[in-house]
Amino acid sequence: MSLRSHADPDYQRPLTRLIDAAAGPLELRGYEAEGGYGALRKAVRELTPADVQTIVKDSNLRGRGGAGFPTGVKWGLMPMGPDAGAKYVLGNADEMEPGTFKDRLLMEQAPHQLIEAMCVAGYGLQATAGYIFLRGEYVDAAARLNHALAEARAEGYVGRNVLGSPWSFELYVHTGAGRYICGEETALINSLEGRRAIPRARPPYPQIAGAWGRPTVVNNVETLANVPHIVQNGAQWFRDLGADRSSDGGTKLYGCSGRVVRPGCWELPIGTTAREILEDHAGGMRNGRPPKAWLPGGASTDFLLAQHLDLAMDYATIGNAGSRLGTGLMTVVADDQSMVAACRNLEEFFARESCGFCTPCRDGLPWTVKILREFEAGRGTRADLELLHKFTQWLGPGRTFCLHAPGAMEPLQSALKYFRAEFEAGLAPAG
Amino acid sequence: MTEQVVRILGASGSGLSAAERAEIEAEMRHYPDPRAASIEALKIVQQHRGWVSDESVRAVAELLGITAADVDGVATFYNLIYRHPVGRHVIKVCDSIACHLTGYDEVRDALYATLGVVHGGTTADGRFTLLPICCLGACDRGPCLLIDDDLHGPVDPAAVAALLDAYP
Repeated sequence: MSLRSHADPDYQRPLTRLIDAAAGPLELRGYEAEGGYGALRKAVRELTPADVQTIVKDSNLRGRGGAGFPTGVKWGLMPMGPDAGAKYVLGNADEMEPGTFKDRLLMEQAPHQLIEAMCVAGYGLQATAGYIFLRGEYVDAAARLNHALAEARAEGYVGRNVLGSPWSFELYVHTGAGRYICGEETALINSLEGRRAIPRARPPYPQIAGAWGRPTVVNNVETLANVPHIVQNGAQWFRDLGADRSSDGGTKLYGCSGRVVRPGCWELPIGTTAREILEDHAGGMRNGRPPKAWLPGGASTDFLLAQHLDLAMDYATIGNAGSRLGTGLMTVVADDQSMVAACRNLEEFFARESCGFCTPCRDGLPWTVKILREFEAGRGTRADLELLHKFTQWLGPGRTFCLHAPGAMEPLQSALKYFRAEFEAGLAPAG
Repeated sequence: MTEQVVRILGASGSGLSAAERAEIEAEMRHYPDPRAASIEALKIVQQHRGWVSDESVRAVAELLGITAADVDGVATFYNLIYRHPVGRHVIKVCDSIACHLTGYDEVRDALYATLGVVHGGTTADGRFTLLPICCLGACDRGPCLLIDDDLHGPVDPAAVAALLDAYP
């Protein structure tokens, strides 16, 4: 996996600066020599938990897992004070959004960064324990995180009286056993508790009643990885990163896959354009085929077109174009690839991964797949084409228990909007 | 003995071994409620026995102090828990969008032809079980697949047979 851009420009890469995939992850001493655990030391010795929360809030850090919710606001709902009792911080390392391969990199190549991040977040939230919820297939990440965790515990960064302070913090790596829905934060909590990963009703929000009914914050791995750097360097430093490109602040792990020359993942200033990612970093399309459509950040984001490639990859710009930044890792469809087949593939994924709890999702997604297979085989009907349009509403926001089915409808509704002719080409001759 | 009698008496692989029990009890200490160790417990059993039988479900339930129905509800929800015997090696082929765009269909067809089974099947010699799996987080290496814990990609459909040779 290449980290530096092809051109290797001079920009700050706080999350990946220490990563050298060929050399492997830094051990504790190497990480410390580069300033590692400095943010935890600073937080515990010089800052109050409220100070840490204020810095994170002022940084304008937004969730990197797909939703883009402001991290400081999420943290601000956590009850604080000496009587708050058991509280939890959960690292969402259940990376399973199709097209997304960034958290694997951060965990395999910089495990201590995530351990420190969990601790700094834990201190800021005065959590009593933390769990890194890691997808079961990431066995290398599990081994490296557990190794780093043992080193951190032996050094007093994790455990009773962290760095001699009154605050104690236990940290565990919890590995899952599959199912995309575990990435939904309330489903993740159910799964952590040893239950089927079915989302929970909100309110109450996890910050009020989360894991085992206790106040809980769930943050994505990349979101968390930013926290030590923000605490160490300040909110203004973070907001200034990429300030010439976007008001979001910070960097983003962007990526590009599909039939591109150099698929990969790169830490770039937030607001880098999709064209720079595709052409400068990923080397453009293979065989010189033009790009036809692209998902900005995972299977649950709306397709955009080649004409959108000059947009900045930030939350507002991609949102205004009718899609979502999502995870920020692009998936590109070449001009000679079928949008109907791509949609069928995406909906098969969502149908299989539905938790089955609510009817529109459990029954609507397989029905969607069935119709798309008919169009792919040239047996579509006009009535079914209209039904697909209706499904994008009936399975849309507000009609289902969680955002799984609405997410599934995002690529479909955009494909129907932009590529209706491809769907009509799948109509049966008599239709 | 009939199969039913064997199941009731638990004569084949009943209960948990001392090693399984110790590993599960260590996991239970990570959580305020033993139920939280249910997924890990099933994974531990599967690590030792290859799959999770009805007897194992009951034994795990007893150790965790929850019902067998609760444990089976978990076991049947998560796709990495096998409630049927599987082959010596499990192949999990990514069929998500990035691999779809980079040649999943050809890799799947090559696996079907080489193994003589389709998704969900186990080869007659008990060597391989073939399963589809969602995005493996290796889209820069698509089309990709896992054999046991080993990630392979990009996979050349023409080289699938050679790839499998490394897993006797």
